[in-house]
Amino acid sequence: MRVTVKLFAGARELAARSEIVVELPPGADVGELRAALADSVPQLGPLAQRSMISVNSEYASDASPITEGDEVALIPPVSGG
Amino acid sequence: MIQLTDDAIDTQYLLALVQRPEAGAVVLFLGTTRQFTKGRETVQLTYEAYREMAHREIERLETEARRRWSLVECAIVHRLGVVALGEASVAIAVSSSHRDDAFEAGRWLIDTLKETAPIWKQEHWADGSMEWIHPVESTAGREAAE
Repeated sequence: MRVTVKLFAGARELAARSEIVVELPPGADVGELRAALADSVPQLGPLAQRSMISVNSEYASDASPITEGDEVALIPPVSGG
Repeated sequence: MIQLTDDAIDTQYLLALVQRPEAGAVVLFLGTTRQFTKGRETVQLTYEAYREMAHREIERLETEARRRWSLVECAIVHRLGVVALGEASVAIAVSSSHRDDAFEAGRWLIDTLKETAPIWKQEHWADGSMEWIHPVESTAGREAAE
C-alpha cells in the first residue's frame, strides 16, 4: 500500500518537500513506516529516529497499525509556545 | 476558545472572553519572542504547525485542564508565521472562582502545550542564519502513544 506522510519544519527542509509517499506491505506498522522513511530519504534518518509519528492526528506508537487512507505525519520534536 | 492564527494576538479580546461574574480570578500567560537565548541574538521567529492536529491536541489539553481544575473559562491562542521581537506567540487565559485553580491550570496548560502540540519554531539569528528548533530532550506524545 502507498502511504503519504506529511513533513514539517526541519524534516520538511531536510527532505525538500512537504510530503513523501512510501510503499509499505499491507498490515505494516508505524515502526516499519519509520524505517521506510529513513530508507527513501536518508538525510531524514537521524531526525526521523527521534520524531513521533501521528496517525489520523493522534500520536501513535511504533506498534500501531497503519491502514491505507490513514493521514500520517512525521512529528519532529516540537518547539511551540 | 482555541485558535491558531496568522495575526497578532488580541489579549484584550481574550481577557474579555474569560472575565465572567462567576470568576474571581483571571490569569493571562503570554509567551513572547525573546531577543537573547544563551547569548545568541534572535531577530524574529517563524512558527509552523500541523494545524489540524495542533488544534485537536490543544482541545484535548483544555478538556484535561477542566477535568483537573475548576475553571470558568479557558482561551488558548497560538500564533503562526513570523512573530517579531517582544510580540506574543502564545496566549493562555483562564478564569476560575478562586486564584489557585487559574494559576495552576495556566501553568499546566503552557507547560503541556510546549511538550505535546505539533508546533515548531524557527530561529532567525542576528548573524543571518536560520534554524528549526527540535529539542533533543523532547517527549512529545510519548505518553499518549504508549
